[in-house]
Amino acid sequence: MAPFCIYTGVGLGVPIVYIIRNAFLTFQGKFTFSNMSLLVHGTYLKGFENSLLLSLLTSVVPGILGVFLAYSIVTSNSAVLKRMVATASAVLANFGGINLTFIFIAAFGTTGIITGWLNFVHIDPWNHGFDLYDFYGVAFVYLYFQLPLMVLVITPALGGLRQSWREAAQNMGASNWRYWRHVGIPVLMPSILGGMLLLFGSSFAAYATAETLTLGTVTLAPIQIGDTLAGNAIAGEANIGFAIALGMLVVLSITMIFYGLARRRASKWLR
Amino acid sequence: MASIGTTALVIEATDGSLEVDNRRPRRKKFRTWRLIVMVLAAAYFLAPLYAGLKFALQNDSGHFSFWAFQTLPSSQGFSAAFFLSMRLAIFTAVVELLLMVPTAIFVHLRLPKLRPMMDFVTILPIVVPPIVLIVGVLGSAPLWLKSSPYLLSVFYVVLAMPFVYRSLDAGLTAIDLRTLVEASRSLGGSWIRTLVSVIMPNLRAALLSATALTLALVFGEYTMANLDGWTTMPVWIAQFQQSDAHVTLAAAMALLIGTWLLLSLIVAADRSQSRRRRRRAGTP
Repeated sequence: MAPFCIYTGVGLGVPIVYIIRNAFLTFQGKFTFSNMSLLVHGTYLKGFENSLLLSLLTSVVPGILGVFLAYSIVTSNSAVLKRMVATASAVLANFGGINLTFIFIAAFGTTGIITGWLNFVHIDPWNHGFDLYDFYGVAFVYLYFQLPLMVLVITPALGGLRQSWREAAQNMGASNWRYWRHVGIPVLMPSILGGMLLLFGSSFAAYATAETLTLGTVTLAPIQIGDTLAGNAIAGEANIGFAIALGMLVVLSITMIFYGLARRRASKWLR
Repeated sequence: MASIGTTALVIEATDGSLEVDNRRPRRKKFRTWRLIVMVLAAAYFLAPLYAGLKFALQNDSGHFSFWAFQTLPSSQGFSAAFFLSMRLAIFTAVVELLLMVPTAIFVHLRLPKLRPMMDFVTILPIVVPPIVLIVGVLGSAPLWLKSSPYLLSVFYVVLAMPFVYRSLDAGLTAIDLRTLVEASRSLGGSWIRTLVSVIMPNLRAALLSATALTLALVFGEYTMANLDGWTTMPVWIAQFQQSDAHVTLAAAMALLIGTWLLLSLIVAADRSQSRRRRRRAGTP
């Protein structure tokens, strides 16, 4: 037990304490609030806002789509399909990063293969507002690992919806819609929200995909951290990286606390 | 499904034909809806994979060829990056297992009250993503460690912890650890012997999936390696893109397929484990 505590303490504790400390220090080591004040103004605030917006978009949209996808699989009769989707989701949910970037460029880039197909039928998505390398492009790519993650998280909850509840509702004359409105959705809600919170965190923390896809042109908090580490920070703002990191820690902690609460609430019905 | 059918029959018999008329078309519509969802999802998930593979299987003039895969091993810097990743992966997996196996067993055996706390501690690395961790690491690590690539391994151990602990925890829950240990101990086995010849063989599936997860994590990790300035596999792929896009895609696809195989292995291992748990629950 002791080796574990020491390892976790050093491996996780020391970097976190160092981040918190340096977020309030100037480069020369004097106490200051200027890093934190930079964080809530101008370009760094913009990065944070973009990150929050991107995370919101890529948690709500895949969150909703994921429920439908998972439901269509849970209710299918094919055991083979269920097993295939379970494996595929577990694998795809871990697919973020550099490889994902490149296969998406190969498919949807300006000279990509799918783009080529669409051009063949005289649709050019790039002429109709589609850009793989902007904010929505990043969101489009994130969907690739967020959707499977939602399917993974929500499937057990959907499996916990008891057949007897639906039968009880039907016996009392409830329509399909009323069953979902008054029984299905309220029971699933904590699980759905919990799943979306997890997706939010996963998207907020992601760096590699956005960085390699946009080469840093989309202003996101993690990309700004990467820039400061690569030595691109303006003089006098050397410690801003620590402040952004601290901000991200705070956002992620809050997200995970609510995730924990949602999980606890969800387990009340779905045992 | 069978019980829905039964309910429908009951309603049909009591409420008359109106219900029947409502019921049939709705179920049909439901099936089309499901088909559409699945086809769209399959298209979205398969298209990039198909494009990646097709692009990797093309030479520079756009014809089908294994050229990119053949050139890959001899490409500038590939073998260095591959072996660096390999070394880091092995080192990480060894440290990870040495650290987490005894800890997980100890918690299960002696301190079951600590299990909720362990769940919490091991979820922490999810709150501290690589991009945040590396900021603190690069600032606080001592110089002798910072000049070595194994600095990355030290923190990959932390990043892999939640997954590894989860899988060991599941594995330990599936076996009757206490009885096994007591039997081994009362037959005169030492702690080491108990661990190696009694517990470990029973944890095979969990150990396998923990190792596979660690390998997949190390081979895919770009953020920390890139910002620490080490050219591991993913970093090499990103850099080589300027030289040859087809070879880059071949490397990316090889890595994807490798990860896919590793992770499928885990899912298979988990399944055999849960079968076992069911069997255990079934026998008195």
